[in-house]
Amino acid sequence: MSEAHTGDAAGLDVGFFLDWIDRAATAVAAEKERLTSLDAAIGDGDHGTNLDRGFTAARAALEAKPPEFPGAALVQVGTTLISSVGGASGPLYGTVFRRIGKALGEAEYVGARQLADAIAAGLAGVQKLGGASVGDKTMVDVFVPALDALLAGLADGASVHGVFDAAADVAESAARSTIPLRARKGRASYLGERSEGHEDPGAASAALLWRALAETVDGRAR
Amino acid sequence: MSSMKKLINSPESVVSDALAGLAAAHPGLTVDVERRVVRRAAHASTAGKVALVSGGGSGHEPLHAGFVGPGMLDAACAGEVFTSPVPDQMLAAAQAVDAGAGVLFLVKNYTGDVLNFQMAAELLEDEGIESRSVLINDDVAVEDSLYTAGRRGTGATLFAEKIAGALAERGADLAAVAGVAERVNATSRSFGIALGPCTTPAAGRPSFQLGEDEIEVGIGIHGEPGRRRAPTAPASELAELAVDAVCTDLDFTGDAIALVNGMGASPLLELYVVYNEVQAALKSRGVSIVRNLVGNYVTSLDMPGFSVTLCRADVDLIDLWDAPVSTPALRWGA
Repeated sequence: MSEAHTGDAAGLDVGFFLDWIDRAATAVAAEKERLTSLDAAIGDGDHGTNLDRGFTAARAALEAKPPEFPGAALVQVGTTLISSVGGASGPLYGTVFRRIGKALGEAEYVGARQLADAIAAGLAGVQKLGGASVGDKTMVDVFVPALDALLAGLADGASVHGVFDAAADVAESAARSTIPLRARKGRASYLGERSEGHEDPGAASAALLWRALAETVDGRAR
Repeated sequence: MSSMKKLINSPESVVSDALAGLAAAHPGLTVDVERRVVRRAAHASTAGKVALVSGGGSGHEPLHAGFVGPGMLDAACAGEVFTSPVPDQMLAAAQAVDAGAGVLFLVKNYTGDVLNFQMAAELLEDEGIESRSVLINDDVAVEDSLYTAGRRGTGATLFAEKIAGALAERGADLAAVAGVAERVNATSRSFGIALGPCTTPAAGRPSFQLGEDEIEVGIGIHGEPGRRRAPTAPASELAELAVDAVCTDLDFTGDAIALVNGMGASPLLELYVVYNEVQAALKSRGVSIVRNLVGNYVTSLDMPGFSVTLCRADVDLIDLWDAPVSTPALRWGA
């Protein structure tokens, strides 16, 4: 692997990705009420419920039909999210995971840089589908800076688990940074200036995925 | 949670339980409770007809399943409450009702509905079935379309489903049926006012808080707050507010089809008070209502309030409007 020099977490296998989804599902279930109440403030109050349904289904699908490759696992997760979540977050998160999975192809082991590039493909897919840019008060506000932090950290040759931790920190702070923004996409946009002062629920759930990813890397490194 | 009183068994089963009830009440419908797809029971008789498929989150009943039947929709997909259905449902619905002339998806302009129908259309193309999608975006309360998800689809959805449904029943091709739906959307406008919030079964508490003497002006149909709050006022003033918003956006001078729609918890008594004020407000603007509907058609669960939708009427549209329709919620002429 090209990033063998980073040592501890090079070569992520399918088990790593199953672990990530498992942690993500646990985090979404634990934060279901918070996501739903964020959504109640500027949407219709079901983001936590819908995402929990989706990740529960994704975890079940992976158990029912264990994937052979990391890419296959994430495509399966994305497809399951599209089929079970509904609303805007189903197609958007489903596309993120499907694109990451497709970018990973049939590789049995994935390097950290390869994963970062695949996440970039996932982000590009979701931006094409939803049309959101940074500052529109969506999950894109989290994905863009977290991915930038990840790529910058990897380029600097920092330790892999430190880099993912730092990216998750950026993701969480970016989610909070959506609070003063005025929504320009999705249902919150109908509120105009009244969407200001609330954290975007999609940004909050995106941060959960980044934290779950960092914890998965940490779990592997120890 | 304890304060919520609803006629449900559980928040999780409300959509399935309601679909099972719809099936029990209407033998003219085939209801796939598992997939949450409602279609006409006797579908074999429509060979060669363009199939109309719509759908959206639940909580807007009778929209959309209540409009499935001869003269209107061929199938409707029901999502979770206020949540778009998923592409698999739309694909299953389209495959079940395609009669060889293609499928028209009628889509309310909400990000979730748009994205899921878009994915369904791609899947359908893979199956070799032709489809067109028409977006309904009639809500003038969304003023700043450039910096929002665009105008929402509300009352004009009913107009488009009825009028395009009638044209499809007459054997018109997909382009013509899509064309008339687009025309209906382009010449329809809506505006809604809520007297209070609604409560989704899953959330168990009201979607927003209003003061005793406050109303929410420019609401959508998902319990989302509107653009602004205002002090409560007599029906005449509220009707004037809605009519003014609609007529400022599009010139309706001449004949119009009007819908005075209840949001779910306003009694018909009040809706007729509103209708009377609406027709008077329109008359003073040179608009005459040639066809009307008054009642709960595009609802927002248990929200009190109303919306006004107008559609410019010409001879062709009136003829299609008057064509026979036989659905659970709209039925005449058959």
